[in-house]
Amino acid sequence: MEGRPGDSLLIVISFLVAVMVYNIPLPHMIEYGRPEWISLVLLYWAVALPNRIGLAAAWTIGLVLDVLSGAILGRNALAMLLLAFLAKRLYQRLRMFPALQQALIVFLVIGLQLLLLHWIDSFQAVVSPPYLYLIPSLTSALFWPLVYFVLHAARLRFR
Amino acid sequence: MRLEWPLTEIRRRPIKTIFTEERGDLQRFVVLAAISVALMLADARLAQMTVVRSGLVLALAPLQWVIQLPGSTMRWISDSLTTRAELEQENARLKARILVLEGKSQKLVSMEAENIRLRMLLNASDSLDESVMVAEVIAVDPDPFTHKIFIDKGSRHGVFEGQPVLGATGLMGQVVQVDPYASRVLLITDSSHAIPVQVARNGIRAVAIGTSSTMNLELVHVPDTADIRVGDTLISSGMGLRFPAGYPVAVVSEIRHHPGRPFAEVRATPTAELDRGRYVLVVFSERSRAPAAEAAPAGNDDTADTVPEGP
Repeated sequence: MEGRPGDSLLIVISFLVAVMVYNIPLPHMIEYGRPEWISLVLLYWAVALPNRIGLAAAWTIGLVLDVLSGAILGRNALAMLLLAFLAKRLYQRLRMFPALQQALIVFLVIGLQLLLLHWIDSFQAVVSPPYLYLIPSLTSALFWPLVYFVLHAARLRFR
Repeated sequence: MRLEWPLTEIRRRPIKTIFTEERGDLQRFVVLAAISVALMLADARLAQMTVVRSGLVLALAPLQWVIQLPGSTMRWISDSLTTRAELEQENARLKARILVLEGKSQKLVSMEAENIRLRMLLNASDSLDESVMVAEVIAVDPDPFTHKIFIDKGSRHGVFEGQPVLGATGLMGQVVQVDPYASRVLLITDSSHAIPVQVARNGIRAVAIGTSSTMNLELVHVPDTADIRVGDTLISSGMGLRFPAGYPVAVVSEIRHHPGRPFAEVRATPTAELDRGRYVLVVFSERSRAPAAEAAPAGNDDTADTVPEGP
C-alpha cells in the first residue's frame, strides 16, 4: 500500500494547492480564523504515509514557506518540524480514533504549533492581540474532516 | 464516523523496531530544531544572510509565480472582461481628473518656486526633488498580525531597502525586502513599525507606532499637556531620514488622558487606504537616498533623474 508512484505527484500538488488557498485574501472579519491549510495537509500526509513525509521533509517544507512568506528563516521550519514530530509520535493512535477525536487532536497539535509561532514572533517584538492568534487551531480542527476526505478521495482516484 | 487510513508497511528489523525508530526520530528532531534556531539567530544578527536569502528567493521564484497564479489570473480576467462602455466611462472620468490635477499642479509650480526662494532666504538647503515610480500590489501577507504587501517592482527597477512607499492619500510604509522583480512593503500599521510624525497645525513632534489594526496608529510618549486635538493631521516629519517630510500620515481620532500616567493616549487613523487599492508610489527622494549616497563616492548622487516615472 505504501509508496505508490501516484502519491509523490499528489503530495506536491496538495501542498501547492494548500499554499495557494492559504494565500487567498479574506475579508477582515474572518481573517483571524484562516485555517492552517498547509499544516493540515502536512498532518494528513504525516499520518497517511509516515515513512514518506518525515521530519526532514516537513522541515524543508517549512523552510520553503519561510522563503516564500519572507519570515525569519527557520520560523516555519521549526513549526512544521514540531508538527511532523508530534504526528510521528501520534499517528498510530490517531488512526484508531473516530473523526471527532481526531479533530480534537488536530486542534491541540495545531494550537501548539501556533503557540510556538507566536513565541518566535514575540522575540522579534511583534505583538499581536492576546489569544486571537489561537483561533486558527479551532477552524483547522473544523476543516480537518474536509481535508481528510478530499485527500483520501484523491488518493483513491489516482492510485 | 470512522476514517480509513492506508496500511503502513512495518519495516523488518531484527529486534525492537518501534523503539529504535522513535529514538531516531527524537535525534532527528533535536538536530533539525537546533539548525532552525541557529538559522533564526543568524538571520536576525548577520548581514550576510541577505545574500543567502536572495539566493533562495531566486531559486524559488518559479514556485512563487505558480502560487501567485490564481491571484494574477483573477486580475487578468477582471481586466479583460471590462466592457467597452465601462472603459469609455472610466476614460472620461480619468481625463476629467487629470484636468483637475493639472490645474492644481500649475499652482504648485509657482508655490514650489516661491518655497525654494523663501528657503534660500532662510539658508535652508532642503531639496524638494522627488521622483516616484508606480508599482502594482500583487499580493498581501495572509497573516492578519503582520501588515505587509508585495509590489511588482524590485532591485531591477532600482527599488532599495528602506524606501518610502506612498498611497494616493498618504504614506503607506517602507520597503523591507527587495527581490529582483518584487519587493515586500511593511505598512505603517504593522506592530513592528514606527514613523516620526508631527502635527501639521503646530509642528509638535511624536512617534506613531503601528497597532496591527489597519485603522489605528498610536502616538507614544506624548505629554499630557501637549496641544494635540482630535482631527489634527499628522504629517511625516522627515526625522530619522527614512521618510520624506511633509506627507500626510494619519488623522488624530481619539485622545485619552489618564490622571495617573505621565503620557496621554493618542490614537490616529491612517489617511492612506492601507487595505485597498491596487497601485502605490515608490518614492525616490534626496533624503531617502542619503545612506546610499554616503556609501558611494561623493558627487554621483543624482541617479534619481534617470529613474523612470510612471508605469
